[in-house]
Amino acid sequence: MLLKTNSLRWAGLFAAALLLLVLMSFSIVYGYTDTTWKMAIDAFTNFNGTNEHIIIQSVRLPRALIAATVGASLAIAGVLLQSLTKNPLAAPEIFGINAGAGFAVVITVTLFSISNLQVFTWVSFLGAAVSFIFVYIIGSIGREGLTPMKLTLAGAAMSAMFASMTQGFLVINETALEQVLFWLAGSVSGRKLETLAAVFPYLLAGWIFSLIIAGKLNVLSMGEDVAKGLGLKTGLLKLGAGIVIVLLSGGAVAVAGPIGFLGIVIPHLTRAVVGIDHRWVIPYAGLFGGMLLLIADISSRYIIMPQEVPVGVMTAVIGTPFFVYIARRGFNK
Amino acid sequence: MKKYYNLRLFGDKISFLVNRKALITFLLLAAASAGVFVISTGTGEMKISPLKVVQVFFGGGSDMDRLIIQSFRLPRIIVALMVGMALAAAGGILQGIIRNPLASPDIIGITGGASVAVVGFLAFFSDKNNALTVSINWMPLAAFAGAAILAFLVYFLAYKDGVSPIRLVLIGIGLASLMKALTTLMMVFGPIYQASQANIWITGTVYGSNWDKVAMLVPWTLMFLVMAFILARNVNIQELGDDIAMGVGSTVQKYRFLLLMVSTALIGGAVAFGGGIGFVGLMAPHMARRMVGSAFGALLPASALIGGILVMAADLIGRTLFSPLEIPAGVFTASIGAPYFIYLLFKTRNA
Repeated sequence: MLLKTNSLRWAGLFAAALLLLVLMSFSIVYGYTDTTWKMAIDAFTNFNGTNEHIIIQSVRLPRALIAATVGASLAIAGVLLQSLTKNPLAAPEIFGINAGAGFAVVITVTLFSISNLQVFTWVSFLGAAVSFIFVYIIGSIGREGLTPMKLTLAGAAMSAMFASMTQGFLVINETALEQVLFWLAGSVSGRKLETLAAVFPYLLAGWIFSLIIAGKLNVLSMGEDVAKGLGLKTGLLKLGAGIVIVLLSGGAVAVAGPIGFLGIVIPHLTRAVVGIDHRWVIPYAGLFGGMLLLIADISSRYIIMPQEVPVGVMTAVIGTPFFVYIARRGFNK
Repeated sequence: MKKYYNLRLFGDKISFLVNRKALITFLLLAAASAGVFVISTGTGEMKISPLKVVQVFFGGGSDMDRLIIQSFRLPRIIVALMVGMALAAAGGILQGIIRNPLASPDIIGITGGASVAVVGFLAFFSDKNNALTVSINWMPLAAFAGAAILAFLVYFLAYKDGVSPIRLVLIGIGLASLMKALTTLMMVFGPIYQASQANIWITGTVYGSNWDKVAMLVPWTLMFLVMAFILARNVNIQELGDDIAMGVGSTVQKYRFLLLMVSTALIGGAVAFGGGIGFVGLMAPHMARRMVGSAFGALLPASALIGGILVMAADLIGRTLFSPLEIPAGVFTASIGAPYFIYLLFKTRNA
């Protein structure tokens, strides 16, 4: 634990928020089109319709906002999932949420020939929710309840299932492949602000609600029996947390497509900084998640310029070594 | 009636305990695969009756029939059979050593490694006009290398005072998702023509098989199937759990490594020629287990045959049902496999 006293934590939270804003402005200023800080400020205060100003307003700004919100949502969803399942490897994509959303999008494109990003949003939301519920049920029925191993396997298997069905549809319909390929890679670019606006209420509700139940999650982390003994309605709490997770991760995947590993990496990082108190972990994780996705997004512009690496690939590359590290360390420490 | 026969060869150097029921099941399955083989050979744009097909096998039949069967259909069906057998046997071995009924080549990422290699091959070795700069015949090698490298990587990363099944599967899953990200990355950057070609390969198809491929795949697969069969009793011991296996005197880690390598070799060969045909390695061993029980010596051949039947049937459906459109076999194995998989998840919920 890095920050031991509450005053330090408040200061840290403030610093993290500031850093997030700095990264957002970096995201707005730096990219393929040469822009300067002055131009960026002018674009908002003194808009003159030049190419650079248009790019800043209609491409870079939405992109920065989306990266920050999506990152925050995925990270918070990861925190909730990990404490709910007592599984250090739990994360939205482990529950097959990305694969479920991807499958839903591909079905809409192939069967209904709809290729509108707004429609994708709702469809992927639905796919994510269905997949989450499925994996949770499959992973938790049975004698031992929800074990990390069963959950991970159920999720991986559901993902494999959705993925191969997705491929099946794409093989039959090649034009659909063209339309969804970039979505399937996971990216925060090329999205309009309206897409974000459509799901933002859900994300916001998820953030607020997760802060409200943070204290109760602390009690739950002492163990189911203790929590019940202390008068906590654990069933209700789990249901509530489940809904929040679906809101956050479904909303995130709806805007940005499948972005993996953020939900695994950030909660562990955050706990190393502020300890295990959820009332601190959740806001910190949100800020860190936004920061990490912004960094990944900014660096994705520079790696193979002038092309861009989809940010979902970046997070996978960053996250996999971390995943392997946690898997090697084992579950009980 | 005795349940087991003792089979001893070469002055007791080799001996088998043959279960009567398993033997009968095995013979029935062999007959069934032969049946599917013949029917599949006879079905297509031009229908040939099973009797004539058999005649051709023994050197008879009309010239036309011989041409169609020998140069077009037979290689493809043999490849389908071998791919199915290899995937199913490898799936059986993996389920045995990981001690989890849901383990399969797709899930622990070995197929994913092969996919990245193939997509990368298509992306790197082609010029601006989408033409490959090297022979397409190298693609199987790339696929195999990808599968092998990933298997080693999984093994290596899971190694910590030996390899525990849980670590093996978790790290496999982790790497599988990285492989998926990399595959998508290369597909996004490749021209769309290649993206769809790669996508067909990832889904799995035995389209475009020829005798050269058969000549490579058959010896490879049969060799490792025999090896798997020889190692079968070690799978039985591994299934008891590490402690008991060590207690009865098995060198657990050594055999776990050997078995993993044998299954990787099988998977590598299969994906090299058949692409990522999914769910066969998962389904076939389960079906076999219901028929012959879980003694691995009986399970392995039975599951290999079932795998062969599955892929042959999937390919048959894929090339006839929507003719002249060809649907990759992997679409059908997935569409049978996925519901079966959900059923399995529900059934094994108490295991």
